[in-house]
Amino acid sequence: MTERDDVPHSWLDQVQGPGRWVARIIIAVLAAMLVHLLLTSKTIQWPVVWQYFSSKLIIEGAERTVELTVLAMAIGITIGITLALMRLSRSLLIREAAGLYIWFFRGTPLLVQVVFWFNLSSFIQVIGIGIPFGPTFVSANVNNLVTPFVAALLGLGLNEGAYMSEVVRAGILSVDTGQAEASLALGMSESLTMRRVVFPQAMRVIIPPTGNQAIGMLKSSSLVSVTALPELLYSAQSIYARTFQTIPLLIVASLWYLILTTVLTIGQYYIERYFGRGSSKQRLPPTLIEGLQAPLRRLMSFGDRHAT
Amino acid sequence: MPLDSVNPLLEIRDLSKHFGHNEVLKGISATVQAGEVVCIIGPSGSGKSTLLRCINFLERPTGGEIYLDGVRVGMKQHKGQHVAITPRELARQRSAIGMVFQTFNLFPHMTVLQNIIEAPVRVRGHSAQAAKASARDLLAKVNLSEKADAYPRQLSGGQQQRVAIARALAMGPRLLLFDEPTSALDPETVGEVLEVMRQLAREGLTMIVVTHEMGFARDVGDRVIFMDGGYIVEEGSPTLVLETPTHQRTRQFLARMIAG
Repeated sequence: MTERDDVPHSWLDQVQGPGRWVARIIIAVLAAMLVHLLLTSKTIQWPVVWQYFSSKLIIEGAERTVELTVLAMAIGITIGITLALMRLSRSLLIREAAGLYIWFFRGTPLLVQVVFWFNLSSFIQVIGIGIPFGPTFVSANVNNLVTPFVAALLGLGLNEGAYMSEVVRAGILSVDTGQAEASLALGMSESLTMRRVVFPQAMRVIIPPTGNQAIGMLKSSSLVSVTALPELLYSAQSIYARTFQTIPLLIVASLWYLILTTVLTIGQYYIERYFGRGSSKQRLPPTLIEGLQAPLRRLMSFGDRHAT
Repeated sequence: MPLDSVNPLLEIRDLSKHFGHNEVLKGISATVQAGEVVCIIGPSGSGKSTLLRCINFLERPTGGEIYLDGVRVGMKQHKGQHVAITPRELARQRSAIGMVFQTFNLFPHMTVLQNIIEAPVRVRGHSAQAAKASARDLLAKVNLSEKADAYPRQLSGGQQQRVAIARALAMGPRLLLFDEPTSALDPETVGEVLEVMRQLAREGLTMIVVTHEMGFARDVGDRVIFMDGGYIVEEGSPTLVLETPTHQRTRQFLARMIAG
């Protein structure tokens, strides 16, 4: 198999003759101009970029960004699943409570939410476990409990939950009702039906937008730099605040964001591949390596064809 | 009179079902004896499928009662009131009533074998090993032993429906409901599914079959029920209902079926 037959071809493929070559030349010239600009620009200062690319501060910042992204997505997905199930509940109160949460967290700027959680202690000084309006058994000072890192997680995670709930709900709604009926008719409980039958099928629809959300989160985690939390962007800022090498350091940060996005994209491909099992006559879609083999082979044979 | 006709396996009393203002079932009463094959025929919209789906409470009836082995399905007496049983109790009752759907509804993310062992393992608590062994026996019975590790989408419609039958049988049901099991099939695969159903009938399994296959109803059915407009219009032996129907509506329906 050289071509994926499940992907519709673009009408652009039908362009023949000189048009094809004009397009190729335009793309090649534009690419050359871009490379030339990147290599010769005095503002970029590549030696500075390489100097800081793997510096301790930047690496630590990148690590914190990964930490924030993973944990905030975990919080967001957990809240998202809960809210999605609440919105599909038979109880009006439960449905509306979830609706209110989603309305609020999607309706206010993420930046405001992050700053709010960072300043939580100015609203609530002490947090405790006890009877509402009654005695308290255990209590803690909010200032000690909500560190800048916890505030960042709350801000990013609670907001993400509102978006993820819609992603999860769309996934659940995409599964044919006959699937749940077949499961219930076998004597499976509603929760078994959700966990074993509906949810695994919903995952096919849930994964692609969740990948989008994760990549979005990777970059919106840079918003917490306003609270002086040393994630990737803040680390870069703290260096150029001293050295005034603004552009090179922003390029360092961007290169790291690109690398992390690439890792996430590859991860998403394999998760999709796993949940896509049984979805086509072919057993499994190709791995990335297998997928690249066909175009590479075509590229190789391109030279051969013109040589003869 | 044999003893089991006094205690039918399934008894339906004055069952009604409304969807909003739309009355789909208008007081259905029927009994099914253990080992009996009852075929329900009738025009589309007559309430056949709804009746079937009320028996295992996939649809909650608006009124009336259903008894399986003398036990009320879906409801119970509590302080002199009829109340719904708990979801857990309902799931247990459903596990004794198998159902085969028009569109198979196999779980596409599981292999054939996984489809069959899912409920025995998760609901009955059987070991995976024991469940697999009996699943393979069931697959042999429906002539699909070589497809154990295939995914449903890799099978033809007739093969999928035979897997769905095996999946329902794996729970050892007292009663098996078929909701137009061959209506979504290519004509050439209808026969293989009907053959499996014939075999189950010979083995004495109690079956209620909603169908448009008049040949199957005549050859395999012990009794035929003709429904129209939410009522049972006529019922009796296949020869009686299919060859010498007494009601005008039955005659019209059968004439249309033969013409079509």
